[in-house]
Amino acid sequence: MATRTYLQTLTDPLIRQNPVTLQILGLCSALAVTTSLAVALTMSAALTAVLVLSAGPISLIRRHIPDSIRLIVQIIIVASMVIVIDQILQAYFFELSQSLSVFVSLITTNCLVLGRTEGFARHNPPFRALVDAFGNGLGYSLILILMGSLREVFGAGKLLGFQVLPTVDQGGWFTPLNLMLLAPAAFFMLGLIVWAIRSILPEQVEPLDHAPPNAERLVD
Amino acid sequence: MADLNPVSAWRRFLALPNESRTKTLVIAFLVSTACALLVSGATVILRPIQTANRAAEQQARLEGLIAGIPGMATLLAEEGGTLSTVVIDLDTGHAAQDVTPDNLPTALEDAANWTKLDPAKDLAGIGRRPDYAQVYLLRDTEGDISVAVLPIAGAGYNGPIDAILALQGDMNTVAGLAITGQSETPGLGARIEEVAWLRQFPGRKIADAADRVRISVVQGEASNEFEVEGITGATRTSNAMSNILRFWAGPDGYGPFFDAVRRGEF
Repeated sequence: MATRTYLQTLTDPLIRQNPVTLQILGLCSALAVTTSLAVALTMSAALTAVLVLSAGPISLIRRHIPDSIRLIVQIIIVASMVIVIDQILQAYFFELSQSLSVFVSLITTNCLVLGRTEGFARHNPPFRALVDAFGNGLGYSLILILMGSLREVFGAGKLLGFQVLPTVDQGGWFTPLNLMLLAPAAFFMLGLIVWAIRSILPEQVEPLDHAPPNAERLVD
Repeated sequence: MADLNPVSAWRRFLALPNESRTKTLVIAFLVSTACALLVSGATVILRPIQTANRAAEQQARLEGLIAGIPGMATLLAEEGGTLSTVVIDLDTGHAAQDVTPDNLPTALEDAANWTKLDPAKDLAGIGRRPDYAQVYLLRDTEGDISVAVLPIAGAGYNGPIDAILALQGDMNTVAGLAITGQSETPGLGARIEEVAWLRQFPGRKIADAADRVRISVVQGEASNEFEVEGITGATRTSNAMSNILRFWAGPDGYGPFFDAVRRGEF
């Protein structure tokens, strides 16, 4: 850990240590807010901002957080940042905040945020903690943006609201796949992304918890 | 001898072991204070912008409602696209004498301008009703009212529901309904916002020939011109909508105003 450069701290969470696809954290929001790219982008920006803003103060006071109340101290800092970000969204990006509804406030309970503050910011100096938080934010954003664009293109034929595939309704050839806009499609897509990444990087594959009962038979 | 120098006191405090009770309490207090200041600061500074956003959204929904009523687009074009705004006295149904749209918010801050409702009459579950309401009237070329747009509100299942009811000139035929605020269960009660559900309202009648308020949201299929089909799985929200409509169409709601319009006062 100590030998990692800042660049590695920043780039590791993008694919190799991606919080969504490797650690499978922050799924609820990743599934819910990726129906269109604009919403996914806002959510990514909000989560990255919360991550970075809470990693800073927690890392600054890390030597003075009593162990007995460390989780509550972290959560209260995260929750305050979430409220501030939510208020800013409601003030300046009203329509987007309407479509994100409760998911911005739910960033408080996003395991990704607490995972980074508890697992990293609490043990590292502020600058490194900020870089790590930003990297993890980017890793989360990467997956959200990928899913958001695919779902919007195939579900509505649009990208960021612009028509990229002419739909049948408008006299084109593309029939929108409504399934893409529903939650199951997000599950399928996330599964496929995780599968693809783990095929390329086999070290990410987790060992089986239990051997299937008829494993020996299979070997025969 | 106690050392009163704040800097060295602070240093001694930081040097305390993290597990000491004093340090735990003080850290908890300091962190909460800092967070409280941050949150309240952000809320107070940003509130005016958020209020403006909500007002703009309400206006947009109102325009959407009016534009969605059949024939309204042409009517608006004839009218030059303007609505007149009137504050009415709900008790008498007449136009309010001293209250204008500009000073209505101030007037409603005064508790004397609210009427406490008897629980038996309080169908909408609002507890008390303002004595004044701002309504929007759309007139045709002869100056007759073609549409009246009325704000209504009441208690839903999870929280208050705000809506806008548009009636045709006879004050008995629904021209449209729009929900402007609600916090019902997503996927169930929140579907009252969906166009597919709201589309049922235009053409429904409020009261029958004997002037009894008959409009209601029913479970199962609507069987007559007063009924609207409720939302499956959202019985409480559907009932709440029904009661809100019946309250505001009744004698404690816009009833006196309907009579005044029929007498040709407006």
